[in-house]
Amino acid sequence: MNYNWNWGVFFQETPEGGTFYWEILVSGLGWTLAVSVAAWLIAMIAGSVIGTIRTTENRWLNILGHSWVELFRNIPLLVQMFLWYFVIPEFVPPLKRWMVSTDPIYAQFISAVFCLGLFTSARIAEQVRAGIQSLPRGQRLASMALGLTPVQTYRHVLLPEAFRIIIPPLTSETMNLIKNSSIALTIGLAELTFRARELGEYTFNFFEAFTAATIVYIIISMSANRVMAKVEKKVAVPGLIAVGGK
Amino acid sequence: MPMIEFNNVSKWYGHFQVLKDCTTKVEKGEVVVVCGPSGSGKSTLIKCVNALEPFQQGEIVVNGQAVNAATTQLPQLRAKIGMVFQHFELFPHMNVTENLNLAQMKVLGRSLDEATTKSQGLLKRVGMIDHAQKFPGQLSGGQQQRIAIARGLAMDPVAMLFDEPTSALDPEMINEVLDVMVELAQEGMTMMCVTHEMGFARKVAHRVIFMDRGEIVEDAPKADFFGTPRSERAQQFLSKILHH
Amino acid sequence: MGFDFSIITNALPYLWKGFLYTVELTAIASVGGLLFGTLLALARLSSIYPLQMAASAYVNLMRSIPLVLVIFWFFFLVPLILQSVTGAERPPQVGAERTAIITFIMFEAAYFCEIMRAGIQSIPRGQIWSAYALGLNYGQTMRLVILPQAFRNMIPVLLTQTIILFQDTSLVYVISATDFVGAAAKVAQRDSKLVEMYLFVAVVYFVLCFSLSYAVKHLQRKIAIIR
Repeated sequence: MNYNWNWGVFFQETPEGGTFYWEILVSGLGWTLAVSVAAWLIAMIAGSVIGTIRTTENRWLNILGHSWVELFRNIPLLVQMFLWYFVIPEFVPPLKRWMVSTDPIYAQFISAVFCLGLFTSARIAEQVRAGIQSLPRGQRLASMALGLTPVQTYRHVLLPEAFRIIIPPLTSETMNLIKNSSIALTIGLAELTFRARELGEYTFNFFEAFTAATIVYIIISMSANRVMAKVEKKVAVPGLIAVGGK
Repeated sequence: MPMIEFNNVSKWYGHFQVLKDCTTKVEKGEVVVVCGPSGSGKSTLIKCVNALEPFQQGEIVVNGQAVNAATTQLPQLRAKIGMVFQHFELFPHMNVTENLNLAQMKVLGRSLDEATTKSQGLLKRVGMIDHAQKFPGQLSGGQQQRIAIARGLAMDPVAMLFDEPTSALDPEMINEVLDVMVELAQEGMTMMCVTHEMGFARKVAHRVIFMDRGEIVEDAPKADFFGTPRSERAQQFLSKILHH
Repeated sequence: MGFDFSIITNALPYLWKGFLYTVELTAIASVGGLLFGTLLALARLSSIYPLQMAASAYVNLMRSIPLVLVIFWFFFLVPLILQSVTGAERPPQVGAERTAIITFIMFEAAYFCEIMRAGIQSIPRGQIWSAYALGLNYGQTMRLVILPQAFRNMIPVLLTQTIILFQDTSLVYVISATDFVGAAAKVAQRDSKLVEMYLFVAVVYFVLCFSLSYAVKHLQRKIAIIR
C-alpha cells in the first residue's frame, strides 16, 4: 500500500503552532462526552416521563406519548440535527438573535444536546413503557388495593421494578447515544470524529487519526458497558426474574 | 453380530460424568426398553448411538460400523438409524409430505416421485394419509408423533431409536402412538426405546435396561426384570411407576 | 416570515434523483447486509474457534464505533485497497456514492448478524437433532431446516432494521454523496432556502417511515409460524 505511515503524528504540532495533535483529539473527546452526558440527562428524564404516561389509562396522555415517540423515530437523526440548528431558530427570533451573537460552538452544542436528547428520549420512552408493561398486572392491583394513589404506585412500585428490568436495553441506548453524538459534526461541532477527520486532512495520516478515534470509541463503549453492569449488580433484587437470569 | 453394541461407553459434560462405563447390546430384531429416573443418562445414551451426542471413552458399533471411527460418514450412518423425539420435531415450515420427502431426496438421492410414493405408503401405514398436505401446526401431538415415526421409517433404517416418544402427549393420544410402535416391533424392527410406558415394555420388549446416575444397573430379559429385578434401585423404581 | 415553498416543486427532479439513490443504497445494503450478516451469524455460532473469534470481533467492532466514523474509514480505505489489489499507480477514483454502498453492506451486516443469530438460537435444538438424525449434513440442515425458520421468525425485526437503515443512509452527507438529504441540502445552500428544504425532507421521511413501520406491525400479525 502506498501510504506514508507516521504514528508519531500525534506528537506533532498543528500548523498554527502551540498545540499538539493529540491535544486536539482530546478536545474533540471532551465535546463528545459533554454532548453525550447532557443529552443523556435530557433523554432519561423526558424518556421516563413519556414512557410512563404511555402506560396510563388517560387517552390524551397516551396520544401525546405515542406522537412524541413516532415523531422522533421516523425522521433521520441527521435531518433532526439540521432542523434544530437551521430551522427552529427561524421560528424563534430571540433564539436566532442569541445564536448569531455568540461563539457558534454554543449554538452547536445546545442544538446537538437537544436534538440528541429528544431523539434518544423517544427510544428510552419505549423501553420504559415495555418495562412497565412487562410487570405482572397484580403489582399495580395490589398497590392500589393497599390504598396507594396512582402516582405513589408508579413511584414506589412500578418504576423501581421496571428500571431494573430495562437496564440492559438502556445500556445499549446509552452506547447508541454516544455514537450518535458524532452526527453533530455536520453542524460544525468539533467533537471527536470531526477532529479525527480534521487531523487526517491536515497531515494525510488518516489511518493513524481514524485508528485513534476508533480506539477511543471502543474504550468509551466498554467503559459504559462496565458501568451499567455494575449498576445492574448493585440494584439487583434477589429472585426478581429478569435480573441476573440467563 | 449385534445390531447395536455399546462397549464401556463413558461420557462427561465438563467434569460431570453422565455415562459411566456402559456396556450392552441390541440384537437384530430385538426390542430393548431403557428406563430409569430422570438424570439417569438414558436419553444421552441413546443419542450417542447416532452421534448426536459425542462420547469420550468406549465404543459404539452400529451394524458393524464404529460410530467414532474416522472413516465413518455420519450422514450415511444416521440415515440408516431412525430416531423419534419427545417433542416430535417435525419441520413446521414444511407440510407432512415434504417432511417425509426431505431426507429421502437430499440424503438418499431419491427422486421426488420415488420419495412421494414411499411417503404416501408410510402415511397410510400410520393412518395419516388424509393429512398429507397439512402442516404440523395443524395437527395434534399424537398425529405429529405418528408422522415423525413415518419420517424415520422413510429412510429404510436398520434400527429405530425412540427418546421418550409419548412423554409429551396427552394421555388419550399415547395409545395411538404405542400401537404404531407395537406393530413395528411385531414386524421385526430392531428398536431401542427410552420410555416410562411399562405396558409397552411388557407387551413387546425382549429386554429391559434400567439406568441410574449414568450407570446400567440392570440389563435383563423382560420376564426377569418384571419378575425379580436384582438391584434395589430397580425394585424401588418399578414399585413407584407400576402403582399408577 | 415569507417562506417560499415553490422552490420544492422546482427542485423536484433533482430531489428525486437523490431519493432514488437513497432507495438504491437501502435496497443493496439490506440484501447484501443480510447475506453477509447470515454468514457472520453462522460463523459466530460455529465450533471452529478462529472463525467464531474473527466474526465476533468484526461484529463487535462495527457495533462499537459510530457509523460516521465507519463511513470515513471506508471512504479512505476503499481506494487504497483497490490500488494495492490492482497494482495501479495512484488510488482509483471510486466516488462517494459507490464507497457508500460497500460501507453500508459491511456495516449493516453486523446488525443483521445479531438479528439472525438470535433467530437461529431461538429455534429449538430438537430441530437440529431431528435433521441430523435423518442424515442431513450441516449445510443441508442450515439451508433447508434452520435458516428458513429463523428468517421467517425474524422478518419483522429484519424489516424494522431496514427502516432504520433507510434513515441511516442520510449520513452519506458527510462524504458529500448526493442522497435525498444531500440533494435537498445542496438546493438549500444554493438558493438559501434551508427552512423549506429541510422541512420538506423531514415531512417526506416521516410519512414514509411511519407508514412502513405501520405496515411491518400489520405484517407481524399475519406471518407467525404456528408451532
